Amino acid sequence: MPLHLKLHTQPEVPLEADCICPDIVQSLKNNEITAMTVFHGNRQVELGEFFECNGSFDGEINIDGDLSNIKHVGASMSFGKITVEGNIGLHTGAGMRGGEIIIEGNASDWLAAEMQGGKIVVKGNAGHMTGSGYRGSAIGMQGGEIIVHGNVKNETGHVMRRGLIAVGGDSGDFTGVNMLAGTIIVLGRMGIRTGAGMKRGSIISFNKAKLLPTFSRNCEYQPSFIKFYVSYLEKNGFSIDSSYLNNSFERWSGDSVELNRGEILLSTNKSK
Amino acid sequence: MSASMRIVNGEVYDPKNNINGEIKEICIENGKIVDSVSDEATIIDAKGMAIMPGGVDIHCHIAGPKVNLARKLMPEARRHDVHPSTPFTRSGSGGTTPSTFAAGYRYATLGYTTAMEAAVSPIGARHVLEEFEDTPIIDKGFYVLLGNNIFLHNLIREKRMEEFEQAVAWWVCATKAYTVKLVNPGGDEPWKGERNSNVSDIDEKTGEAGDLSPRQIIEAFVKTVNKQGYPHPPHIHCNNLGHSGNYKTTLETMKTAGDLRAHIAHIQFHSYGGELGKNPISKAAEIAEYVNNHPNITCDVGQVMFGNSTIMTADAPLAYLLRGHSKGKWVNADTECESGCGILPFAYQEHIYMHTLQWAIGLELFLLSEDPWRIILSTDHPNGGSFMAYPKLIKLLMDEKFRHEEMKRVNQKALLKCSLPELKREYTLNEIAIITRAGPAKALGLETKGHLGVGADADITIYDVMDDKEMMFSTPRYVIKSGNTMIENHEFKTDSKGKVYHITPEYDNKIEETLKPFFESYYSIEFSNYAVDDRYLHDHHEIIKTG
Repeated sequence: MPLHLKLHTQPEVPLEADCICPDIVQSLKNNEITAMTVFHGNRQVELGEFFECNGSFDGEINIDGDLSNIKHVGASMSFGKITVEGNIGLHTGAGMRGGEIIIEGNASDWLAAEMQGGKIVVKGNAGHMTGSGYRGSAIGMQGGEIIVHGNVKNETGHVMRRGLIAVGGDSGDFTGVNMLAGTIIVLGRMGIRTGAGMKRGSIISFNKAKLLPTFSRNCEYQPSFIKFYVSYLEKNGFSIDSSYLNNSFERWSGDSVELNRGEILLSTNKSK
Repeated sequence: MSASMRIVNGEVYDPKNNINGEIKEICIENGKIVDSVSDEATIIDAKGMAIMPGGVDIHCHIAGPKVNLARKLMPEARRHDVHPSTPFTRSGSGGTTPSTFAAGYRYATLGYTTAMEAAVSPIGARHVLEEFEDTPIIDKGFYVLLGNNIFLHNLIREKRMEEFEQAVAWWVCATKAYTVKLVNPGGDEPWKGERNSNVSDIDEKTGEAGDLSPRQIIEAFVKTVNKQGYPHPPHIHCNNLGHSGNYKTTLETMKTAGDLRAHIAHIQFHSYGGELGKNPISKAAEIAEYVNNHPNITCDVGQVMFGNSTIMTADAPLAYLLRGHSKGKWVNADTECESGCGILPFAYQEHIYMHTLQWAIGLELFLLSEDPWRIILSTDHPNGGSFMAYPKLIKLLMDEKFRHEEMKRVNQKALLKCSLPELKREYTLNEIAIITRAGPAKALGLETKGHLGVGADADITIYDVMDDKEMMFSTPRYVIKSGNTMIENHEFKTDSKGKVYHITPEYDNKIEETLKPFFESYYSIEFSNYAVDDRYLHDHHEIIKTG
């Protein structure tokens, strides 16, 4: 039976709940879990003031309620599973090293920022800076997977180094900005300035996109690896039109103001 | 006022008073060291411990606009290095450019109780004093940048030396500085005026009229400061920092001082042979020989320590040059008519020839120095590495075996171009007490610092004597500041504000009439708002006598 946390009082200001993390709760009894301190604004309070706690931890934490004001859930976690029944707040899974987070609702900004490993699945939308580096960091996401069924906002995968970000819907501006390596797949449309400043890495979209003038078109081809990605994403619950499988892609390289070794693949919507 | 205290049974290292490891009692009353105290005094049993005066850092960058720029430039370095609060002390953040509170506490945890901020543009003085107010425990002061000041250049050019002397004294008083600092004198103006330009020789004429050389600027300042009798001579960052073959410039700079007092900052960065544009070789022996033979010269080493650092300098063209190597973020700024500024994050790496050679030259300079009183320990924090690396540096100096182990990990080609592998010398505890305490205090002219004689400030560090000197010097058991026990059994017991040291050389008020029109024409700030008033000293200050 998983550990069950239910929000009984909505916090007036965001609650910094980085203690909701398998690494921390694994050795605690339920009364110790509700006694953990969290920051409510600038005051330290007990987690029990907002959550009631049932069940026992067997590797999984289940959280219920509208958690859009709860921050840092699962930050730095290294194992186990967290399932969130509703929406969740900022910095969810930031710096996580392993384990899995499933979010049934929407996630807010800085989802899985500087992630190192593990997997996050969002059934709804995610906010800005999904899988990005924090301000000043030269390296952002270093591994793991972020699967968002809905849309994401700006600067997804900023200074990403390794791993996969897959977006079922649209992405905002600056997708993969200053990317170092790794893969971003956007099934919907991407905003402007995709891949600005990217050094290496792949950004794949199943739609056309307006690219910066510092990207140059190389060729049109049918990369076979896309089929593997598509079948993997289908296993993760994405529904992808099978006609895409045989599409050819335009390959663009850039960003030429940097190394020019990054690639952007845009589906041409015609099969070869 | 602090209670009286008696420290017994400890080995005392007080080089100024010729006490070398003898068991001696130290008595403290009212923040000063005294002959004897009453029997009611608190007793600290320092059996098996070494007692030294509090450390004195003669050259570091810990406060002011440029340090703040570096803090803002590198949030990532501080995010992972949180400095937590304790019941007595406040929180902060670390990295190579710690926040004001963390800087004060971290110096204290190494047993340092005085640190001098080495480069402040006059217009940034207010900011520095405000940050000093929030830098706890340590006493501090700062050196004001005047070596690239257009107004002063004009006076030298026009040979109006009388007015030059007055103007220098006015500027020092107006900013509450401790002495003057010259950084790449004459180099910032061509840099600001022409693209990618700098001076490359001490006798190269620069300026709009092409009639002023760095040598003239250095000479003018050395003469003025010595004539007016500042406690610390001009603090000089020579031209050509970091360039191969720059040791000649350094020697010429020291020769320019003649037999007058001068302090050469981070001399390691100025001891390179070889051809410009090619890999350097070590000229530490030549530099050390000159310093050894000229008692008027003091210097600090500016040791490079492997790992992260922040290049932070008023030598703007240098920072521009380095940004080409690191390819990361950087800042370059122009400070009105006074100075320049360049900042970038940097990492010294063992496998790189240049970095290994810099590391080796620093150690050579220490080991070749015959007079430890005049070659002072510094890393030019944060340029060569953080001050938090001092304990490791001390271990490198005291332990030849450790040095050889470290040498196995570095670029071997670089080691062939220096004499470090042959140097057998090991520093003694007494010599460490000189290069970290007595020497810098003497060079700064701080008579109540750096020793444990009667009348000295009761700034005392007590270390457990250990074989591992890095461990010993990073974990003092007691740190006493002005007679108050700040750290007891490795834990903070109280908090305090340190003093600001500054000087007030005399000048004739008439000089203000000469300065005023220049300010009105060229400065963004009104002349009447420029000078820093006494409120910024916050009642925690002490004037050191000049003359």
